Amino acid sequence: MNKLDDIKKIIVKKPLKLDCGATITNFPIAYETYGILNQNKDNAIMVFHALTGDQFASGKNPVTNKNGWWSNVIGPNKALDINKYFIICANVIGGCMGSYGPNSIDKNSGKKIGVNFPVITINDMVNAQFNLLDHFNIDKLFCVTGGSMGGMQVLQFVSNFPDKVKIAIPIACSASHSAQNIAFNELGRQAIMADDNWKNGNYELENVSPAKGLSVARMAAHITYLSKKGLQEKFGRKLQERDKIKFGFDADFQIESYLRYQGSIFVDRFDANSYLYITRAMDYFDLSKKFNGDLSKVFKNTKTKFFIISFTSDWLYPTAENREIVIALNAINADVGFLEIKSDKGHDSFLLDIPDFLNSVKNFVDNSYKN
Amino acid sequence: MKEEFKIIANSIQKDKSVLDVGCGDGELMKFIYENISKKIRGLELSKDNVQKCIKKGLTVIEGNAEMDLKQFPSDSFDFVILSQTLQAFLNPEKVISDLLRIGKTSIVTIPNFGFWKVRINLLFKGTMPVTRTLPNQWYNTPNLHMCSIKDFVNFCNERKINLFKSLALNNNKVSSINKLNLNFKNLTSELGIFLIEK
Repeated sequence: MNKLDDIKKIIVKKPLKLDCGATITNFPIAYETYGILNQNKDNAIMVFHALTGDQFASGKNPVTNKNGWWSNVIGPNKALDINKYFIICANVIGGCMGSYGPNSIDKNSGKKIGVNFPVITINDMVNAQFNLLDHFNIDKLFCVTGGSMGGMQVLQFVSNFPDKVKIAIPIACSASHSAQNIAFNELGRQAIMADDNWKNGNYELENVSPAKGLSVARMAAHITYLSKKGLQEKFGRKLQERDKIKFGFDADFQIESYLRYQGSIFVDRFDANSYLYITRAMDYFDLSKKFNGDLSKVFKNTKTKFFIISFTSDWLYPTAENREIVIALNAINADVGFLEIKSDKGHDSFLLDIPDFLNSVKNFVDNSYKN
Repeated sequence: MKEEFKIIANSIQKDKSVLDVGCGDGELMKFIYENISKKIRGLELSKDNVQKCIKKGLTVIEGNAEMDLKQFPSDSFDFVILSQTLQAFLNPEKVISDLLRIGKTSIVTIPNFGFWKVRINLLFKGTMPVTRTLPNQWYNTPNLHMCSIKDFVNFCNERKINLFKSLALNNNKVSSINKLNLNFKNLTSELGIFLIEK
């Protein structure tokens, strides 16, 4: 935990009214920055992370010692060039990397908040992160971007703060969580809650951890991040360190072993209650609901320039759902570009070193900054 | 830049909004963006071409005109450009009606199937024409609905489409098409350029 004490934080004094009705105040937002904010303060990019991401988008994550989740995108001379731009990434509220979440300590009881944490939404997340603009005295962000849940935050941010963003790049996302998305999230939550060690969310008090449940949740989710073709090519029916099947329930196949490994390393870095809260926030995401289902109205009068990106093999947030955002923006004559990137790596493509993807982001960002 | 593009660009007034349907690698768009109007957007089928457009700093949507024009609101652009793609659509009639709906003025160019070289190909060689503006063989051409300048003019008359400017292009020479010279221009021109309105 002492590692978490070193990370950068702001304490938001201003009360934030959440969608659920509760109000939070004096809460921490943990963040990381890359590059330097210029004199005009016109080179700031806010990057939003996905479900299990955090503020360490690039460089070395000091807690996990792994590369940041968007190291392929953010760095010197990369798509988001830290020699040119000032990049801010915050841990979402509800997260477990230092921002206010179920893992935080309740000041009154001195114990972890756990499931007493209020249910949050994507809207609450971006409203909380908006406080970082005040902290850095930035009047207007040059760019907001992110993939998956990060893309949803991009859409929400532009909708909430239309004058505060010059360009927006939502990637591999949707304006409304589909029944399939909700179903997979529910599967993950049920896996966690079915673990005896979840203890109705109070596992920290009893010094146990619902690691098995969280691991199964991660395994199921991980499948949705890949494509059938990708899985087949990487694993096929290859056996794990054996010549033939063993007629048992050990990990005979490499894919089983791979998923088990993914599950096991995940539980070391992620909090089970955070997983419940953040997946719930995603499920509640339905941007046009306030506007009777008219997504165009969400972006009415927007001056922001949009570039929407999807991936051919992404079946979790498929091209058709990304296109709905394009169609809504077109209907109000907004400045919107769209590209579907060819990739057989599934939803995870937005995290990977895919030259067509990285080049298009870089070209769009650099050209937009010049003009 | 191609003579055709120069003529199209010259037809567009300063700072008017423009949609280039089937904008290719963005050559024409870039010229218009730099010289005539910043309010220009494109629609393009090929991923490679969309990438090239983004590299040029242009706003382009990857999409298919037949599927995706319907999402653009009516009268949302001053000009809509359709350069040498009409013949490649399954339903060119539908595309033209979308262009007229979206743009106040539409600029449509067509490779002329009435051009004498095309006629010679079929008449004497007995093979499907292969020319500078129609470079593909019958088996790999993207063209589904070829038409001649005369066909297009007749089409506009039948549909009561206001065809208010018709130009013919041959060997980089531009000339006007009118009722009197229509048959002659239909024989001697590689390309027809038409400005139409509802």
